[in-house]
Amino acid sequence: MINIEEANKKAVENMMEARPVVVGVAPAIEVIPGMKDNLLLHAGPPVTWERMCGPMKGNMIGALLFEGVTKDAQEAEAMLASGKYQFAACHDFASVGPMAGVISPKMMVFIVEDQVFGNKAYSGLNEGRGKVIRMGYYGQDAIERMLWLNEVFGPTVDAALKSSGGVDLRSLLGKALHMGDDGHNRLDAASILFTTVLAPHVSKVAKNSDIAFDVLKFMGENALTILNPVMAGCKTASMAAHGVEGSTVVSVMGRNGTDFGLKVSGLGDRWFTAPAPHVKALYFAGFTEKDANPDIGDSVITETTGIGGFAMAAAPAIVTFIGGRAQDAIRNTLDMYEITTAEHKYYTIPYLDFRGTPTGVDIRKVVEKQLAPRVNTGVAHKDPGVGQVGAGVVSMPMSAFEDALIAFADKYGI
Amino acid sequence: MSVIKSEIRGGVYYDSAVLMALQRSLADLPGVEDAGVIMGTPTNKELLVRVNLVTPEVEQAKENDLVIVVRAGDERAASDALQRVDELLSARKSSIQQDYRPRSLDGAQSMMPDANWVLVSVAGRYAAGVAREALRLNKHVFLFSDNVSVEEEISLKAEAAQKGLLVMGPDCGTAMINGIGLGFANKVRRGPIGVVAAAGTGLQQVASRIDQLGGGMTFGIGTGGRDLSEKVGGVTFLMGLDALSRDPDTKVIVLVSKPPSPKVADQVLRVARKAGKPVVVNFIGRTPISRRVGNLFFASGLDDAAALAVELVKNPPVLEGEPELPIARFAPGQKYLRGLFSGGTLAYEAQHLLTEYVPKVYANAPINKENKLKDSLVSVEHTIVDLGEDEFTVGRLHPMMDNDLRIRRMMEEAEDPEVAVIFLDVVIGFGSHPDPASELGPAIAEAKAKAEKAGRYLEVVAVCTGTEEDPQKLSHQIRQLKQGGAWVETSNEVAVRYAGQILQALNQPSEETQLIAAPVDLETLKKPVKALNVGLESFAENLTAQGAPVLQVDWQPPAAGNEKLASILERMKKLSSAE
Repeated sequence: MINIEEANKKAVENMMEARPVVVGVAPAIEVIPGMKDNLLLHAGPPVTWERMCGPMKGNMIGALLFEGVTKDAQEAEAMLASGKYQFAACHDFASVGPMAGVISPKMMVFIVEDQVFGNKAYSGLNEGRGKVIRMGYYGQDAIERMLWLNEVFGPTVDAALKSSGGVDLRSLLGKALHMGDDGHNRLDAASILFTTVLAPHVSKVAKNSDIAFDVLKFMGENALTILNPVMAGCKTASMAAHGVEGSTVVSVMGRNGTDFGLKVSGLGDRWFTAPAPHVKALYFAGFTEKDANPDIGDSVITETTGIGGFAMAAAPAIVTFIGGRAQDAIRNTLDMYEITTAEHKYYTIPYLDFRGTPTGVDIRKVVEKQLAPRVNTGVAHKDPGVGQVGAGVVSMPMSAFEDALIAFADKYGI
Repeated sequence: MSVIKSEIRGGVYYDSAVLMALQRSLADLPGVEDAGVIMGTPTNKELLVRVNLVTPEVEQAKENDLVIVVRAGDERAASDALQRVDELLSARKSSIQQDYRPRSLDGAQSMMPDANWVLVSVAGRYAAGVAREALRLNKHVFLFSDNVSVEEEISLKAEAAQKGLLVMGPDCGTAMINGIGLGFANKVRRGPIGVVAAAGTGLQQVASRIDQLGGGMTFGIGTGGRDLSEKVGGVTFLMGLDALSRDPDTKVIVLVSKPPSPKVADQVLRVARKAGKPVVVNFIGRTPISRRVGNLFFASGLDDAAALAVELVKNPPVLEGEPELPIARFAPGQKYLRGLFSGGTLAYEAQHLLTEYVPKVYANAPINKENKLKDSLVSVEHTIVDLGEDEFTVGRLHPMMDNDLRIRRMMEEAEDPEVAVIFLDVVIGFGSHPDPASELGPAIAEAKAKAEKAGRYLEVVAVCTGTEEDPQKLSHQIRQLKQGGAWVETSNEVAVRYAGQILQALNQPSEETQLIAAPVDLETLKKPVKALNVGLESFAENLTAQGAPVLQVDWQPPAAGNEKLASILERMKKLSSAE
């Protein structure tokens, strides 16, 4: 007979003990196992072209423009609809992507290696906020930025990482949480720490001072540079927690803008899905909720492994970004203790007397208390080609957790 | 023309006190004639029909829907009222502490791990689940909720007994623990009286009277009204009694109950006899036979119980040690009494007293006609024969003067393999046999020898009525009877009760081998009350007012009342607790 408590303890222990280190940057096709020339990875659970939401279609179009296999958006769209390309979930290829999260073969990705369990995970290079291709915008300016990231920024950071011997994300995040970050939407401290570690190495390995200047300026201005390696780091923690027989701990959560999907440690590779929820958001000037696409992105991997929205109490400043009071941030973290298995050993919250962050969502607790994980997130425009329109807070849909609970009872004869 | 407007909210849950407060606030709004705020159960919806507060929407509402209806003078007033619902709800919230409220007992446990009590007052169908959760966390439970099935009560109490925890309830209105009142309770002075009560207002009345009379209390342990029913078997009552017996600060125990099952009441009294301290008993509807039996003091009512307890604290009675009963010496099958009396009144009193110990006593001169012996010469089961009755004295001397007939009958009874106890009265004084014990003593020895030869043990109990100045001399008689091996008393009641206890032990049905409860850890009871409250917020507010730390749990029905999911969760929990 299974022992759920023991299994969950083991899954969460693995999740916390994973020790992700950013070791390099390389083209997806060279490093992601199973990556092919005609494969496009995306955020959330698998989805067909027909069901794909606007921003993800936009990101796919942008990816083909970036790959240089098509001359314009119209041709790209036809090519994507033709069946020439296959689509798959990043998560099923050891990867994660924020927002639409598309990874195409030539795109440079961060390589993050877990030094305890040996897993490797990957995530692209972040373009910053606003009109960006991961939000579905594919204007020439965005494509050019992607090219610069791939040709200049990526190789330089790769060399800097190698020169530095890698950046330990677990200790970096532990520190950042004490400096007002949540590890998902607020990464100002983490970004400074990352830049501080890499700057000397960038200045050493850059081909010339102009490149060093551009790379460091970009890192300094774009706090989200660190988001993708953090997400890949969380993915390694998720991989360590996955596949523990008898465990009800959620190992994967993600959204593709059409569906939300989750995986449970003790339920193999099956996705449990539900329609992606709408985000309660504050909108940029000129936009309203009518413009908003439903929830999208793999960034919820941070909450899945105990940071992000779950660590909001460490980042009270985040409430300015979602509208609310500092007390709301505290409350959110306290609520998440109700649905998690453990308090994180390495990520702690000063304001709560250094209590560990709530870690390891348990489907039993979510269903019993009807309290779903809450996430802070950006909101993309529902149409391809526009980009970000706001940011807010969203609860993951309950029915996916309920389906998983029923499947768990079926599988284990409970 | 009145307008009825309604609003249905799915997946929310408020305790009924909040709903009632909201209902009142809505009804007080300008232009509103009446308001209803309920959970959408069929019964609740019927209530709304009766007061003309129904809309098609309301008819569609499901059990877990919050239904808000107002009837107002016009459209405007009705909509305005509905719009103020959230404001009214939150106004209520903000008056309570702003601190975080956990959503479950395990959440609360992580915030207040040293809480020793859980108060449960959620709707009956969820109450057992919450109580079970509390037991899993090793807390004593005050279960105020009613509408908990007796099967659930039995299973909860069995689980609690195994862990040495108290489940006070279901439907337990009141308890007092270390000077702190739980539920409906009075502010009672602390002192040396401990009360166990299967009677909510009974406990409040006794506690208040104790206080008014200058006394004070250690504990008032409520058990719920059904605890002393045959089905439940007095689990909590017996555990509470045991705890108070062991508590050095409790000097006098009071037991109060609504009419209990006679069988369970007997068992409670048997246990109470061994409490080692005075126990005042008031079981309503059970007329006490004596004012006092050993350490038990029977009160005629609640007030009398309080007064007796206060008095016993002031003037502690001398409690003699209980005689050791020779139960182990009897052979299997020995279980009956044969009382061979010379005195009619003594025989009647014996019959009367024995009703407390055995169900039926046959007699040639019975108190109750249906217990009459068919043949006075042939004993049946428990039998008391008055050999002084006319039928025996025709042409023969009265047995107070002539021992022959009694001795012969005693020999006969000693042959009966089912007989365990023979009871005799020896009445001396002027007119009686000059030295009855000189004949009866050796006869007793012979009867006992007979039984012993047959592999049995025979207990002979004798009551000796007389004085030292009597011609036969009391002590001389006693000495001779004792030499014969008799257990001798000078009080008929004491002698009968001694025999009664033996008979009760020998006739105890084997099914009554009750569940073995782990003793309640006194330390957990003596610790200051620190509680988690699930349900009525006023209970938490009352504890706060009394200075007891309490955490209100923002509880919701598991899986919002979805039965399929809730049952999976319950099975998972059983699996986990079995691990």
